[in-house]
Amino acid sequence: MRESLIFGRLTLNAIPLHEPIVMSAVVGMVVAALAVVGALTYLKRWKWLWDEWLTSVDHKRIGIMYIILALVMLLRGFSDAILMRGQQAMASAGAAGYLPPDHFDQIFTAHGVIMIFFMAMPFVIGLMNIVMPLQIGARDVAFPYLNSLSFWFTVGGAMLVNISLAIGEFAHTGWLAYPPLSELAFSPGVGVDYYIWALQISGIGTLLTGVNFITTIFKMRAPGMKLMHMPIFTWTTLGANMLIVAAFPILTVTLGMLGLDRYLGMHFFTHDGGGNPMMYVNLIWAWGHPEVYILVLPCFGIFSEVTATFSSKPLFGYTSMVYATMCITVLSFLVWLHHFFTMGSGANVNAFFGIMTMIISIPTGVKIFNWLFTMYRGRVRLEVPVLWTIGFIITFAIGGMTGVLLAVPPADFVLHNSLFLVAHFHNTIIGGVVFGVMAGFYYWFPKATGFKLDPTLGKVSFWCWFTGFYVAFMPIYALGLMGMTRRLSHVDNPVWHAYLIVAAIGAVLIGIGIAATVLQIILSIIKRDKLKDVIGDPWHGRTLEWATSSPPPFYNFANLPVVKGIDAFWTMKQEGHAPKLEPRYDRIHMPRNTGTGVILGILSIGLGFAMTWHIWWMAVGAFLVMLAATIWHSFDAHRDYFVPPETVAATEALHFNAKATEVAQ
Amino acid sequence: MTAVTQDFTPAHDEHPEASKTPLGFWIYLMSDCVLFASIFAAFVVLRENLNGGPAGRDLFDLSFVAIETGLLLVSSLTYGLAMIAAGQGNLRTVFVWLALTFLCGLGFLGMEVHEFGKLVAEGAGPDRSGFLSGFFTLVGTHGLHVTSGLVWMAVMFAQLALRGLTAESRTRLLCLSLFWHFLDIVWIGVFSIVYLLGAA
Repeated sequence: MRESLIFGRLTLNAIPLHEPIVMSAVVGMVVAALAVVGALTYLKRWKWLWDEWLTSVDHKRIGIMYIILALVMLLRGFSDAILMRGQQAMASAGAAGYLPPDHFDQIFTAHGVIMIFFMAMPFVIGLMNIVMPLQIGARDVAFPYLNSLSFWFTVGGAMLVNISLAIGEFAHTGWLAYPPLSELAFSPGVGVDYYIWALQISGIGTLLTGVNFITTIFKMRAPGMKLMHMPIFTWTTLGANMLIVAAFPILTVTLGMLGLDRYLGMHFFTHDGGGNPMMYVNLIWAWGHPEVYILVLPCFGIFSEVTATFSSKPLFGYTSMVYATMCITVLSFLVWLHHFFTMGSGANVNAFFGIMTMIISIPTGVKIFNWLFTMYRGRVRLEVPVLWTIGFIITFAIGGMTGVLLAVPPADFVLHNSLFLVAHFHNTIIGGVVFGVMAGFYYWFPKATGFKLDPTLGKVSFWCWFTGFYVAFMPIYALGLMGMTRRLSHVDNPVWHAYLIVAAIGAVLIGIGIAATVLQIILSIIKRDKLKDVIGDPWHGRTLEWATSSPPPFYNFANLPVVKGIDAFWTMKQEGHAPKLEPRYDRIHMPRNTGTGVILGILSIGLGFAMTWHIWWMAVGAFLVMLAATIWHSFDAHRDYFVPPETVAATEALHFNAKATEVAQ
Repeated sequence: MTAVTQDFTPAHDEHPEASKTPLGFWIYLMSDCVLFASIFAAFVVLRENLNGGPAGRDLFDLSFVAIETGLLLVSSLTYGLAMIAAGQGNLRTVFVWLALTFLCGLGFLGMEVHEFGKLVAEGAGPDRSGFLSGFFTLVGTHGLHVTSGLVWMAVMFAQLALRGLTAESRTRLLCLSLFWHFLDIVWIGVFSIVYLLGAA
């Protein structure tokens, strides 16, 4: 490809004007972006946005921004899903469908990348951000500026994926970009480069989150809170972040080596020159399997909080839950080869990884029984989070069983790369992660915003997702057993047609569920006065996040809670020691907002874009400015300040007076 | 402290930066350790994949690498002495030892760049074979780390000169020290696995 000095590989032809589907999506995105910009300008909210949100280092605000990112990307990832389901339903009866194979390949790649990296990860990290520091009774995370930087790098990566839709193309390779297909010889375009840079930039953000959260949990727990007093969500957050720190460097290295192959002609994963493509597959899954648990462990934590709270009982088997979590954390590093039993590493190696995979289902089973026994003889309130939890227990148990089936190497040889596998991992990721974050979203929404979500639409959303999942994926299991492989843009077997149509109907049902969630958010914002949570403890919670107001003041706790055991807030309420208005308060040490995070995030988009298109001057420039900004920031000596006692007293009075009025009514 | 109740305490400043930052930095270093481990693994897998090109024994000059290694080890010693001086509050001595550390680091880097240049000129560049891809990436990644350590050290000079030995600059000096010694340890691995085993 010819490269110009100024624009690198970029030409006007990079904009896919000839593809109506892509262009309408691009126009839609641009219009939506312009509408947001217009509204902000019209309402004169730019300064507010900058001061209160973009430069914020408050973990709760960063968490909310993570979740907004996740919801937006959910819409994008779901559009990809519905396009694929529609295409397969149409193109299985001899018709061509509406997606050319070249475009279909990009869509299934984008769907996987977006859903894992830019929907599930931000959603889970957003919830951890909002909840974990509150649960341990801290006033912020250990490194508030790094937290902001993590978020903005994640945004940077997400933006690169979206830019690829309008300028150039995305990878055609599947979400893990296996070589040799992803090598320059077979993917000469910019798609894989977009992929590499989007994941490298957001991956650094995720790694920093891991460092930050582990330090927070080890160093900032409220006085008296021992490790075995921590709420289970905090425990699972710890496990997930340990996995992040141990696994994400492997992703960085793997994508780095793929990048070196593509940019400098090296031979890590090429077919010729002494490269070894299967090394990539091993390395990427050495990250990829822990990644599954990075997503699902915090969700296990959410279900634990939800079952205990809504059963009005302490969690059954707290200690076994902690040990199960930590066992899964370790075991998740010992199963990666089950993603490619067909590599041919020999019967003994396959047997080892097959058995390890089956073993990992034991701690998971322990957890399932703990949740069931918590509900057993509890006074279960069937609120929306409990619906998601019960839906999860049923769905995840099925997904777990098909997983154990796939863990048997001979069975896997038959089912490898079939739709059975696709159904299995959607079964666990939708049933585990999506149901989990939806439960957590509804459960902690009042804490983060100060008002509850509308329950009726919440129930609509749950039932649509729940039934939609089964309608969509049970036929896909069946198709897998019939021999249909994954990632097909056309099939000519007429027997499969009916199954694919049912699957498409299921996807539409899920779509209605997503629409209900969006509507629920909008409606709840409109009705927020009616749904207000004045007390700060709408569900009769057990853990410390409910001990402060909703939304919490930026300093979280005027006085740090003193913890004596598990379910600290519940004990306080029982003993009549719940927080009350104090006659006087001390000053509070807090971090100041900084724009460095958002500026570095924006520059990272420039860096990734320039590297993708070989615009070297721009890449060097962006890198140097990022370096300069980092050094500049290191000279900033005014990172923190003290909140005066009067401000604390006034804030606290406002909350406790409102609470008193509410109780009096 | 009239505000203290049984269940809540004002207890601000309970977690000074001085205890959080080193732990956070340790955790980061462990992630960096995994990063190097992955590259080591890739290097070992590709070690025999010569693609008809030169092997380690044809390329490496062990006495050259021994001097390189010596420079880096000495720089760790001088950094340690800088830390002792910082502990004694002797800023001038800190500068002297840091400057020596910087020079040793720079010398190490210069020798590495020279070696890379020589290999590329001989036609043994990173695109020659899987082995050489692994070699350049492993040694180069270590070199990039040393480079960022040097940039950090330069910034450290400026901050120490402007602000002296504050609590913040002491914490940063400590983190840079951890980083610098860590790179030494990684280099021991590189020296043994890449050069010693490679030249044998």
